[in-house]
Amino acid sequence: MKGKLKNAIESVGLPRIIIFLFLVLLFILTPFVGVRFDTSLNDVIIRFGMNGILVLSLFPMVKSGCGLNFGLQLGIIAGLLGSVISIEMELIGLTGFFVALGIAILFAVIFGFLYGLLLNKVKGEEMVVATYVGFSSVSVMCIMWLILPFKNPNIIWPYGGTGLRTTISNQGYWFHVLTDFFRINIGNYISFPTGTILFFAFLTFLVWAFFRTKIGASITAVGSNIDYAKSCGINTDRMRTISVMLSTIIAAIGIIVFEEGFGFIQLYLSPLYMPFPAIAALLIGGASVGKASIKNVIIGTFLFQGILTMTPSVLNSIIQSEMSEVIRIIVSNGMIVYALTRIERIRLR
Amino acid sequence: MNKRSNLTKTMNPFEYFLINFAVPILITIIVIIAIPLSGLSWEFLIRELVIRLSRDSFLILALLIPIIAGMGMNFAIPLGAMAGQIGIIFITDWGIVGMPGLFLAVLISTPIAILLGYFAGIVLNRAKGREMVTGFMLAFFMNGIYQLVVLYGMGSVIPMKNSSILLSRGYGIRNAINLLGIRQVLDNLIAIDIGGILVPIATLLTIALVCLFIIFFRKTKLGQDIRSVGQDNEIARSLGINVEITRILSVSISTILACYGQIIFLQNIGSLATYNCHDFVGVFAVAALLVGGASVRKATISNVFIGVILFHTMFVVSPRAGKELLGQAQLGEYFRVFISYGVIAFSLALYAWRKRVEKENERKKTMAAKRSIVVNND
Repeated sequence: MKGKLKNAIESVGLPRIIIFLFLVLLFILTPFVGVRFDTSLNDVIIRFGMNGILVLSLFPMVKSGCGLNFGLQLGIIAGLLGSVISIEMELIGLTGFFVALGIAILFAVIFGFLYGLLLNKVKGEEMVVATYVGFSSVSVMCIMWLILPFKNPNIIWPYGGTGLRTTISNQGYWFHVLTDFFRINIGNYISFPTGTILFFAFLTFLVWAFFRTKIGASITAVGSNIDYAKSCGINTDRMRTISVMLSTIIAAIGIIVFEEGFGFIQLYLSPLYMPFPAIAALLIGGASVGKASIKNVIIGTFLFQGILTMTPSVLNSIIQSEMSEVIRIIVSNGMIVYALTRIERIRLR
Repeated sequence: MNKRSNLTKTMNPFEYFLINFAVPILITIIVIIAIPLSGLSWEFLIRELVIRLSRDSFLILALLIPIIAGMGMNFAIPLGAMAGQIGIIFITDWGIVGMPGLFLAVLISTPIAILLGYFAGIVLNRAKGREMVTGFMLAFFMNGIYQLVVLYGMGSVIPMKNSSILLSRGYGIRNAINLLGIRQVLDNLIAIDIGGILVPIATLLTIALVCLFIIFFRKTKLGQDIRSVGQDNEIARSLGINVEITRILSVSISTILACYGQIIFLQNIGSLATYNCHDFVGVFAVAALLVGGASVRKATISNVFIGVILFHTMFVVSPRAGKELLGQAQLGEYFRVFISYGVIAFSLALYAWRKRVEKENERKKTMAAKRSIVVNND
């Protein structure tokens, strides 16, 4: 019995269980500290919809054996370019949103292709190279945001300044176009973001279906055993490039959906550390450096966003401090360190 | 180690030189172009360089030993920096000034640095083959613990006497602390005026001492062990070396040196940005070392000093050059951030690419050898 329990804990992973229990505890505490349970749950769902696609974007690269995508910023930059150009063109509503997506995907295909070529050259060291490729691309874009010839007065610095603002509001353009799509309001406290959740479900389904196709299966084969895949006649480099492009494209879509819910487009240095929460969420969901599933994406996003939403509201009302930010840093980065130090067991199959 | 890799064997020496020193050459060109553009006087530049040489070299020297141990760039040196900052916070709280204060800070922070270094060593041992990215994430994680201790623990759990360094709510250290008590005490201990430039002899002597320590250390039994661990873990193990302990020791030494390095850095700056001055310690140190011509596998003391001079000259001149060239100082700021990250990305990619090509060649060779055996048997 004891051995069985130990096995069960080992297979789920101790940190994941602790995080799950912590979240349950937070939910139980809500009525006692004067926080409404239904509002909190609703907040978690809204944030789940906003962040889910970014977490999903990590999935193809883990599948192809490229590891955790520490260079997520490349996709985010493509998304930012798409959304800024769409606003520059003064497009409003769903048109603006989909034009932003289209332009973003265009950039993501280019960035993802080059990024994939680079990662093929550095097999075995993808993660550390990706980290710094991500960082340097963010700093290149800092220069670009300053010198690109944008003209719309709503997005450039006022009073004759040059360059884009650090934070651009998308209100009046395509703010909440997804969130308000068939929005369901129950009572005063629950407002279900149907459009966002549907969009996330749709993309998740597409990714799931893609990995059932021949190319998808080949990518999985490359990820689980590259030599075996090579001997089967699969072009491993090509499969890896496809997975990297896919990751970058989904990340570009993910950041636009995030902005749509958040209301602001954040430029300059703000994408710098964005990969880490997404990676932490995937890992909390049960993924490891070499293994992930759609289930991990959904559970992980829910648990991680749950903690992010609940700790501030519950903790602040108990001990009157903003300790939640520190807890967030420790949980998310601790989770990544834990995953990196776990020795991958060789899967016998 | 002088044996050239299979990849570079086919190249002519000029190409070999270009690829190996692409980063230093590129930065030298940038610096040569940017110095006249910035319009800064030579006197100003040299004064800045002397300051930065004495301020930053120590931290970069801390990177050397893990490289010898084959663990790559130690992106976990912010752990040492945080240990140093805790020592500095305590002596500021107790109001101990001057050289005694500095020594006390060293005394307090050394055990913390040893502890953190040991912890980092254990973590990195469990992440063999991806030490760099793990070290990097470890620094992020430890930043959370540091904030927990300094922002919430100090003044509530850990007693603090001096309320002027605490936040107005009664616990937690302020965002910025003035280090008037130890400001440049080491720099001014023996300072000689050479042609209008104040040279901090004591600090430079300390740095020289560390260089001597590293040179001497390489020759000791432990130093030799570290070197053989760096060349091949399995061979080292068969020689009877405890690979795990050796790696933990090399990371610990690096963390302790980083701790002292940060203390020297802070006494020069004269103020402590409590929550973010350790953020960029790792990145800037690694970038400077790479600019000095080091690689992930090989770094020498001369790389450290060439790196500090080139990297920091670029740091000083690029905002001014950006302003003169394009009318925006901000552009130069972003440019130097880009260079720091870009240099690291480029060098790591080059290293990984080479490693892979070598592996591939090795495999081809063994395959060819096997095939020839089969052919001979026929």
